[in-house]
Amino acid sequence: MSTPLKRTPLYEEHVRLGARLTDFGGWEMPLHYGSQIDEHHRVRREAGMFDVSHMLAIDVEGPGAQEFLRRLLANDVEKLKQTGKALYSCMLAADGGVLDDLITYYLGPARFRLVVNAGTADKDLAWIARQHVELASEIGLRPRRDLAMIAVQGPQARSRFWQVRPDTRALTEALRAFEAAPCGDMLVARTGYTGEDGFEVMLSAQNAVALWRDLLGAGVAACGLGARDTLRLEAGMSLYGQDMDESVTPIESGLTWTVDMRGERDFIGRRAVQTRAPRFQLLGLVLREKGVLRSHQQLRSPHGSGEVTSGSFSPTLGQSIALARLPLEQRPGDSVEVDIRGRWLQAGVVRYPFVRMGKSLLPA
Amino acid sequence: MTVPADLKYTDTHEWIRQEPDGVVSVGITHHAQDLLGDLVYVENPAVGKTFKQGQECGVVESVKAASDIYAPISGEIVAVNDELSSAPEKINQDAYAAWMFKLKPTNPGELNALLDASGYRKLVEADG
Repeated sequence: MSTPLKRTPLYEEHVRLGARLTDFGGWEMPLHYGSQIDEHHRVRREAGMFDVSHMLAIDVEGPGAQEFLRRLLANDVEKLKQTGKALYSCMLAADGGVLDDLITYYLGPARFRLVVNAGTADKDLAWIARQHVELASEIGLRPRRDLAMIAVQGPQARSRFWQVRPDTRALTEALRAFEAAPCGDMLVARTGYTGEDGFEVMLSAQNAVALWRDLLGAGVAACGLGARDTLRLEAGMSLYGQDMDESVTPIESGLTWTVDMRGERDFIGRRAVQTRAPRFQLLGLVLREKGVLRSHQQLRSPHGSGEVTSGSFSPTLGQSIALARLPLEQRPGDSVEVDIRGRWLQAGVVRYPFVRMGKSLLPA
Repeated sequence: MTVPADLKYTDTHEWIRQEPDGVVSVGITHHAQDLLGDLVYVENPAVGKTFKQGQECGVVESVKAASDIYAPISGEIVAVNDELSSAPEKINQDAYAAWMFKLKPTNPGELNALLDASGYRKLVEADG
């Protein structure tokens, strides 16, 4: 595999800031700009920003758009009644396996925008196009590679954004979580992947560098995908390819809340989700000993075996945490043992999220 | 790249300083900590244990990965830097000041076969 890595419109900015670059889903992305832990704390305590332009926006438009998405997605876009509302959903295969997780924005009558993961974008586009043909829906599908995306996150994120784009304030001040507003050529959404307040801003690629530099000038820290991963893990947010993939259902991935089973809506994967018996559940772990939980570590308990799907060191909590597939009988408060480099270490089972708005949610 | 001239090195990225009292101090190089990123956990060997050259004797873990530490020469552990267990970031801050353990060599001749600064620098450059 020697396909050249893809670069976002902000690539030169990352190089200029001395980023350590890494291959993420075929994209050359910043892992950190010096210290991943410092960047993590900046987001929890103040404000940080991430280049997430590797994610793909796909506009779905036309008279059949809503019906198409009600068939395509496990959550029900009929909930999106007000322009700007956003909805988190899984996109399932017929066997109930998770093809991707994504956010759908309602941009207006018969206009939706999906934002999908970078690593799955090509596969998603092919899948969506195939369903489109089979259903003969009256829609247009438009991948928006012309857009860049910057996530500004942290308790000070919104005020710093308003400081550099004051004209957006009136349009975005009233936004609640999972609501977005168009502001000129930008779409500003009160969403994120860190467990903090903030905005995700989609804008045309040629305007991305100016916004990035202005935010930097306002004291917003450039943060890499390393900090993004520890922030989302503390916030108990799933990462596609680790916590769920095509081999598991949303029920087995802690995402039952995103599957809308009300009524008779015949979405792809519905029958499988209803009939396939879950094999395990996703719960949180806190390591009680020194070491670091990491994905693919095996674990055991009196109820059976399991596996860590995402694990890392939590900078906010100062200890290692994880999401893990555990036997269905396992309960928060239980203890399990994790095989860390040949030793069985004790971990406590907890509900996640672990951290919300800068505060620990762990039982005292 | 920071590679002090007065130290010896291994191809597994440990540095070795010969102390006046005959023991050697061991840590990981600036290059190693740079590859690992923020360190969050250091596991040192127990004082009194003996190791053969090349044997695993400790672990450093960063947010990104775990990495074994190998005994650069054969010997007995005579001291460990306990400060690192609560402050592993000291290795990131100054890799050559943050020694991990001190070893009393059983075969000081092994020191001669270790890399010098220019040899280690070449090794790192060859890694790209």
